[in-house]
Amino acid sequence: MTILGLPIQVLLGQLTIGLINGSFYALLSLGLAIIFGLLNVINFAHGAFFMLGALAAWLALTVGAVNYWWALALAPLATGLFGIIVERLLLRRLQGLDHLYSLLFTFGLALAIEGTVRDIYGTSGLAYPVPAALRGPVDLGFMRLPAYRIWVVAVALVVCFGTWALIEKTRIGSYLRAGTENARLVQALGINVPLLVTLTYGFGVALAGLAGVLAAPIYQVQPQMGSSMLIIIFAVVVIGGLGSTMGTILTGLTLGVIEGLAKVFYPQASSTVVFMIMVVVLLLRPAGLFGKEA
Amino acid sequence: MNRLAPLALLALAAILPFAGVYPLFLTKCLTFALFAMAFNLFTGYVGLLSIGHASFFGMGAYIAGYAAKAWGMPTPIALLAGIAVATALGAAFGAIAIRRRGIYFAMITLALAQMVYFFCSQAPFTGAEDGLQNIPRGTAFGLPIGNDLVFYYFVLALTVLAYLFIQTIIAKPFGETLQAIRDNEPRAISLGYDVRTYKLVAFTISAAIAGLAGSLKAFALGVATLPDVHWTQSGNVILMCLLGGMGTALGPIVGAVVIVLLENQLGSLGVIRLGVVSIDLSTKAPIVIGIVFMLCVLLFRRGIVGELVAILGKRGLAAETAPSHTS
Repeated sequence: MTILGLPIQVLLGQLTIGLINGSFYALLSLGLAIIFGLLNVINFAHGAFFMLGALAAWLALTVGAVNYWWALALAPLATGLFGIIVERLLLRRLQGLDHLYSLLFTFGLALAIEGTVRDIYGTSGLAYPVPAALRGPVDLGFMRLPAYRIWVVAVALVVCFGTWALIEKTRIGSYLRAGTENARLVQALGINVPLLVTLTYGFGVALAGLAGVLAAPIYQVQPQMGSSMLIIIFAVVVIGGLGSTMGTILTGLTLGVIEGLAKVFYPQASSTVVFMIMVVVLLLRPAGLFGKEA
Repeated sequence: MNRLAPLALLALAAILPFAGVYPLFLTKCLTFALFAMAFNLFTGYVGLLSIGHASFFGMGAYIAGYAAKAWGMPTPIALLAGIAVATALGAAFGAIAIRRRGIYFAMITLALAQMVYFFCSQAPFTGAEDGLQNIPRGTAFGLPIGNDLVFYYFVLALTVLAYLFIQTIIAKPFGETLQAIRDNEPRAISLGYDVRTYKLVAFTISAAIAGLAGSLKAFALGVATLPDVHWTQSGNVILMCLLGGMGTALGPIVGAVVIVLLENQLGSLGVIRLGVVSIDLSTKAPIVIGIVFMLCVLLFRRGIVGELVAILGKRGLAAETAPSHTS
């Protein structure tokens, strides 16, 4: 069976790879968007935290013999905690200054983290085995897929939509949304905004850490895995606009799929297609697909 | 002080080769100083952060290097080719990116620069991972610039010209308008200024000078490689301006020299021992750069020159106001 002259297996294969990348884009851009919403910080270290999540999982397995399932919970917790410390001790001092300073601060942080990891572990990449329970293929009827990839997409979707529900449907989420609109007013109503800020940053960073653990068995754990991902995430955020949680999630997933399709039809463009879409969106709709003009 | 400091710096630059400093190292400092001056012209005076300037620097290096090596163009023509491509790229980037402000502008320039990076890593003429090597220098205007010392003075002359050019346009109404836009864009718009055009022109000029810097770097070191177009290079130039003093005339030069010196020194220090711990400093440059970055942002936002100007300014102000109180 062929579609547009291509075997359907090839097409679906690339589509699922695209969906997996899209899951990472969605998880990462969601964290970036939440942090930006409340803190007005473009977290340039988001990619570094993603890499730290993957590294934490690898370290847990190699040094502590902690298996994948525990790492799935512990590594995001550890990266989130690290994020909280950074926010409390350093990032907080830049509050009230131009947004560019916090961007530059996290830029330096990303360089330092990446440089340290490269210095200790080198650039060649550390292999992380796929957990035993998720090895082997799953027959979907029309094609066979590695079980781990289905698992990644499922976890990412559950976490993304869980986060969406948390923000849109719960009381703490309403504080977050209110704080995004007007932090001083929320503070005046007796809500501890500094604590909310710290927890939000920690949560966003933990999402990046979780994405890192999920990514470890697919990509290898490499110091530069975060920065190349981060630049795509920035493009995703520009395309989607920072206006809506659901919009960010959907933009991430869709762009991953489009990238996958580009690999089938015009492989040379697959690494730049997201950026080209960004240019087109900027020309037609400068505020982004779901954004409000700032 | 404003008049004397640039002249003192120039005099220092002119005699340093005779004080035993390698001309090639000085040339490298100058090319990065040029790059930082170009960046400062836009980000320092327009107030928008570009994280894409490595594209102009790197493409300038690739094009000038390729023109000289593969087509055998004379050095001045190859330099012009590098500048032309960087200018065109700058105009295109600018036209897209100035549609947004603030952090969006920063992210867009970064994303566009990443496209250029991917292009350079795949295009046949860049030599992929190896880059362009053994770029020949030849002669320029009858000068034997193959000689490192002669080439150094050639680059120094161009740097001085670029400095004067930048200072002139900053002092003209054009530069005043840029700063008015930086300080209060809605007001500039309400006064009838075509804000977008001003930003675009400033961005394009900045890209052109960055292209010149990259082209000269290619001739100085004889290589143009992927790290020249990588986003870390864009980060480097931001740090140079931040460390030296964003929006000051001499800050970019001071910052560039400090960073090049720092990278160089770390590389040559090698392994140092502190008691039982031995640290190989030669591989620590990115870490040190990252930490300097964070410290600058946290503690030192005016930069070296900015702080100096603030201190001298206070003293100058005190000296001027003191007599008026007594009289």
